[in-house]
Amino acid sequence: MKGRAWKFGDDVNTDIIIPYKHKARSIDPKTLAKHCMEGIDPEFSKKVQKGDFIVAGRNFGCGSSREQAPVSIKACGISAVIAESFARIFYRNAINIGLPVLVCEGISKEVDEGDIIEVDLSKGIAKNLSKEKIIDVEKQPEFLEKMVKAGGLVEYYKKFRRFPW
Amino acid sequence: MQYVSTIDKDFQDKILADQGLTFAEKILSIKRCDESGKVASTDDMIVAQVDLAMAHDGTAPLAIKVLGELGIEKVWDSNKVILHIDHTYPASSEQIADFHSIMRKFAMEQGCHIQEGNICHQYMLEHFVVPGMLIIGADSHTTTQGSLGAFATGVGSTEIAAVFASGRIWLKVPKSIKIIFNGKLPRGVFAKDLILYIAGKISCEGANYKAIEFTGSTVKDFTISSRATLCNMSTEVGAKAGIVEMDKVTEEYLMQMGRKPMLGVHSGKEAVYAKIVEEDVEKMEPYVALPYNVDNVKAVRDVEGQPIDQAFLGSCTNARFEDLKIAAEILKGRKVKEGVRLIVTPASKLVYKAALESGVIETLLQAGASITSPTCGACVGTHCGVLGCGEVCISCSNRNFIGRMGSPESKVYLASPATVAASAIKGAITDPRDYLR
Repeated sequence: MKGRAWKFGDDVNTDIIIPYKHKARSIDPKTLAKHCMEGIDPEFSKKVQKGDFIVAGRNFGCGSSREQAPVSIKACGISAVIAESFARIFYRNAINIGLPVLVCEGISKEVDEGDIIEVDLSKGIAKNLSKEKIIDVEKQPEFLEKMVKAGGLVEYYKKFRRFPW
Repeated sequence: MQYVSTIDKDFQDKILADQGLTFAEKILSIKRCDESGKVASTDDMIVAQVDLAMAHDGTAPLAIKVLGELGIEKVWDSNKVILHIDHTYPASSEQIADFHSIMRKFAMEQGCHIQEGNICHQYMLEHFVVPGMLIIGADSHTTTQGSLGAFATGVGSTEIAAVFASGRIWLKVPKSIKIIFNGKLPRGVFAKDLILYIAGKISCEGANYKAIEFTGSTVKDFTISSRATLCNMSTEVGAKAGIVEMDKVTEEYLMQMGRKPMLGVHSGKEAVYAKIVEEDVEKMEPYVALPYNVDNVKAVRDVEGQPIDQAFLGSCTNARFEDLKIAAEILKGRKVKEGVRLIVTPASKLVYKAALESGVIETLLQAGASITSPTCGACVGTHCGVLGCGEVCISCSNRNFIGRMGSPESKVYLASPATVAASAIKGAITDPRDYLR
């Protein structure tokens, strides 16, 4: 995975990622994608290119349980969210829908907006190609890795006819 | 993987008596079904058998769609699955009405529970939750249900679909934080003020992934309503669960509601905590969380005079009978300031009925309040009190994020129902102690 970094700070909450008024009206990923990060940057979905990354600070995705938050991020083309830490429900939701979420302490300092990032999920490393730096990614339990690799819980279940745990 | 969901009685007794385990470790040891009979220690990854699973009109339509994609025709146990139509109820648009129809059809086909017109967590406390249960809800405020001595945590739609299908969930056994409140609450200070104080102190990620056990003499004296407020807001500091252990107050509540506990789980005296916070509540005062984070907390007297457009008395956090009653005490014989609207949304039909029968609703109406039927409505910015551009609201709900209650240009201040009522009279944020007789 290779793409540009879009940077955000700490405590980016789900109302910022996708306000309830849009969530209540639709479960269609394409519609949700149009409003992704609307609370912070209404133009975000237009600027993102397929394969880009969100790089964020601590507690990314705090707030509600709305799965539409990671769905909108994935649907607007983001290939993974790399953050110092994640709020727990967002983290689970992202894995369940097949959006890779990487815990990476110190990432905020290592990456500037627009830097080109390359991620190797199997090796557990992220590279900032613009700054020629290698950043370690926290290892996930194996069954979660398998779920992300399959493209989420639904895809995993379709393939193996059982849940991954 | 073979899952064993029958519980060995000797193992259960041993766990319950163990003095070295936290509440979370005990309940998850008993509920685990991947390695039944093995203690679930902090940080262990386990698979657990769920006692109740729920979703609402914000999360269930997607979960139902996922079940369809998985090709699952029957939920694991229709008696343990509860659907709630509450977030936008009654429907405010055709699209939402269609989502509600999908839920009704699903419940009819599955034979599972469905209710409409009560806020989900309040309805769960009134009708389903008993101590010792493991409850998974597709809503972040599912932590509210820990107020009855259960372990209750929130997930998203796809995950709840998997729980509906299997009755099981993977969980990492959380580290625990013990928060001890001691002493008698000063006049004008309530459970909401205590939890706002804690949010300000430990930050909105201060309990990330952890279980919070609330205890101490203040909590022991608290009603289930006040305990529910503490557990509800646990998620605002990142917690996986908020818990008040079963005691006499719990048993009395259950008896009144016609239910019996499943298991009385109590943390061990030598259990290990990630953090212990001890507070003397007698030094506390009314607090308010300023936009746009729940941990941006100040004393009400430090922000007094901030003009408001709307005062909201509702949500799963603070719209139970005691909340409406304290607001009515403050508003009795007084009027909501001209140009300000006070919106009151009882948490459930039972709460509404009690408030009607006791004259609380009449007092609120006479003061100039508008009463809506129970819904999450204004708190999530869908209907019944959406904020316009530049508007300011004082609310006893749980989140003050940008755009939470409507326009991204609006502002939400979070406080107790008493502070909301006092502020409605003045038309500006006001310390409720000025109005309490």
